[in-house]
Amino acid sequence: MNISFTKHTLDNGLDVLLHEDHACPIVAVNLWYHVGSKNEVPGKTGFAHLFEHLMFEGSEHHDRGFFQPLQGAGAALNGSTNADRTNYWEVVPSGALELALWMESDRMGYLLPALTQTKFANQRDVVLNERRQNYENRPYGLAPMALLNALFPADHPYHWATIGEIADLEAVELDEAHAFFRRYYHPANASLAIAGDIESAPTLDLVRQYFGELAPGERVAPVRVMASLARDVRIYFEDRVELPRLYLAWITPAMFGEGDADLDLATDLLANGKTSRLYRRLVFEQRIATDVSASQNSREMAGYAQVTVTAAPGHALAELEDAVVEEIRRLAADGPNDEEMERGRVQAESQFVFRLQTIGGFGGKSDQLNAYNMFLGDADYFDRDLQRYQAVTKAALQQAVADYLDPARRVTLSIVPTGRVALVAPNSEPAVVT
Amino acid sequence: MTVTRTELPEPGPTRPFSFPAIEKSTLANGLRLWTVSHRSVPLVAFMLLVRRGAASDPMGKEGLAAVTADMLDEGTGDRSAIDMHEALARLGAQFDTDIGSDAMVVSITVLSRFCDRALELLADILVRPALREDDFARVRQLRLHRLTQIRDMPAAVADRAFLKLLYGVHPYGHSAIGDEASLASMTVDDVRGFHERAIRPSAATLIAVGDCDHAVMQRLAAEVFADWSGADGAVGGRDGDLPRGARMNVVPRPRAPQSELRIGHVAVGRDTPDYHALLVANTILGGQFVSRINLNLREDKGVTYGARTAFEFRRLPGPFVLQVSVETSATALAIEESIREITAIRGPRPVTAEELSLGIAALTRGYARNFETADQIARAVMQLALYDLSDDYFAEFVPRVERVTADEVCAVMARHVDPSRLTTLVVGDVDVIGADLGRLGLGDPVIVSGDSF
Repeated sequence: MNISFTKHTLDNGLDVLLHEDHACPIVAVNLWYHVGSKNEVPGKTGFAHLFEHLMFEGSEHHDRGFFQPLQGAGAALNGSTNADRTNYWEVVPSGALELALWMESDRMGYLLPALTQTKFANQRDVVLNERRQNYENRPYGLAPMALLNALFPADHPYHWATIGEIADLEAVELDEAHAFFRRYYHPANASLAIAGDIESAPTLDLVRQYFGELAPGERVAPVRVMASLARDVRIYFEDRVELPRLYLAWITPAMFGEGDADLDLATDLLANGKTSRLYRRLVFEQRIATDVSASQNSREMAGYAQVTVTAAPGHALAELEDAVVEEIRRLAADGPNDEEMERGRVQAESQFVFRLQTIGGFGGKSDQLNAYNMFLGDADYFDRDLQRYQAVTKAALQQAVADYLDPARRVTLSIVPTGRVALVAPNSEPAVVT
Repeated sequence: MTVTRTELPEPGPTRPFSFPAIEKSTLANGLRLWTVSHRSVPLVAFMLLVRRGAASDPMGKEGLAAVTADMLDEGTGDRSAIDMHEALARLGAQFDTDIGSDAMVVSITVLSRFCDRALELLADILVRPALREDDFARVRQLRLHRLTQIRDMPAAVADRAFLKLLYGVHPYGHSAIGDEASLASMTVDDVRGFHERAIRPSAATLIAVGDCDHAVMQRLAAEVFADWSGADGAVGGRDGDLPRGARMNVVPRPRAPQSELRIGHVAVGRDTPDYHALLVANTILGGQFVSRINLNLREDKGVTYGARTAFEFRRLPGPFVLQVSVETSATALAIEESIREITAIRGPRPVTAEELSLGIAALTRGYARNFETADQIARAVMQLALYDLSDDYFAEFVPRVERVTADEVCAVMARHVDPSRLTTLVVGDVDVIGADLGRLGLGDPVIVSGDSF
């Protein structure tokens, strides 16, 4: 199982990955910049994401909205920012490939002449509204901020959420966007994947034509900051919610690191799906929780694992915490059983096959090639990525749980209905989140 | 060769795309089997559509169709709910149950080597669910918890309250989950009865798309669904006139940083001959990023992360609705601008040639990308079964949309959208915005209490 591709690096440093798939007459253009909220500093948070918005507001030779010509050509398009990278994609009818390359190359090379104070102020307002809609006005919406704040120290680049702090977004100035663009948005800090109904050779010619002339920027030194927790950090806040919710979180290995796949499987068997240990015990049998989930959130410098459990009415978070910790200890002590391992293996295989279905968009083949290329410098990793999961043994999974999901070194966050502080997990301190 | 960036390149020709053929047969028990061969990836997507949904909920038992759908995978015979999910997990299956107003859908996607086993499980789920008392108690309890939780979700509150304002006791007037009282009054016998009457092969279509062929599917389906029989009977009995309520309604949400808005009215069903023209009209008005309303509220005013409109086409007339979440201080402005845009496209500011060609192109040029995965194709095919559309529907779609004219866009909007009938609902901080809302000429805001929907 693999995604076949060819890789070319232009003289200006741009990596180009080409994958042919002629099943459907469409082409995916997928462009990653190796910059995310981890490249920000305290006081300037939220900027990488705000900048992503500015990329859709026009560039020197097309100083109008980015969407219109592409939607008129039948494209779907979007972009996203996370802690580690920013990506942009279009899925176009194959005849509109050149248009997409024109537009992407123009904003890579010539954004700044078109970037005005008016556009900047408008998109800042839009982002503040995005923050209100997706975080502030949503039950439990500020949990990510509280967790990241507690997991990583104040000077660690994962200390803040990608959406950023309100005060920082309100204070940022247009000239900072110029500096940011020059530093991070250039061919040597980017990876371009094109997948779908293309012929590789003429496509590469087109790419050279549009991107080859762009000046290389200075290579960006990788950010590397280690982090660890020394204790159980216990915090809570009150929120406009009906049911109390408990989050347990741990710092874990980085994406593709030793233990990453093991913890991915471990969190699945602990809390994902009706067959998982915690669902079965807390929701199905004891009925003290109304939902439970878990994940290993892999990132470039470090990951964090998280278990989230919402109490059924009438149950305090202490009761849930005891049960969750007990199940984790049991997994660390006894390891998984054969059935769980078999299930994990076949689910991994299925998930990887499912990932081969789309050429573009978030998670499509072009997105995956860029992820492997940017984070590993090795786009030819799909099959080995699956192998990571297939190779996990019972002993290795057990060891990863014992090493990383350590009850003595974690964050324990309680979110309770306003006025119901008695429901928080014991010995928790109030946290300030905005 | 370097490029001159004087103008955008015109899109070139694209290889023609034709929707894959649907092979159809009907099993002895009346179950329709529709398959599409799509072999790019070794998997098969199964969807079993039953044309009974929340609109079939009996009066006072709102939520029954959804509870029944939810209980289908809670085990069968001597197999427990957990056993059932163990069996699905051993196949690495992606399993989902979905409920809408007009239908419920049970879907399983698996690697093609597990296709036989998946179909057996699907049949167990549909035909032989255990529907045990204890499982019912748990499932209902979880749904009651869910109802409790969504009281704090502005978008969910707005959706539920808005349906009630628009439809009252009409079959579309409640959300699929029902409400506290209806769930409390429900028994496992209601569920058994609903399963007996509604989930029958005569109301069902099995769709299989992927690495499979029709003859094999036919043989397998005939085996596993052999015990399924009976005609679907009457289940609903809901009916009622549409309410004629206040134009401006507010669900209070003190200190909310944003107002969640819904503006619309009951409009038109899926069978309207104006369907394609309405799609184009909606695309221009609020159906894409560069729509009038999104450009106005987001890209010009910056008061929202995004605004959109939709005609929710269903078997009976569905709503036309604008939805947007705006910063609190801009609530009245957003309502005014939204109603202005809805009014304008009906005539005062007719669509331009440029808007029309963009709207048409957005719907047609990228049409092929809607049929990339087995799951997408299965969902597309399901529309045919749900709305009684002909097999050439997909082939006809692009030429039909391309024929839509600017006059037609104005005409269908004038026919199906009436600004004087628009109902507005705000979930927001009424203490801050109440006075502004009163000045919009839509009457005094009527407070909608949380218990009324």
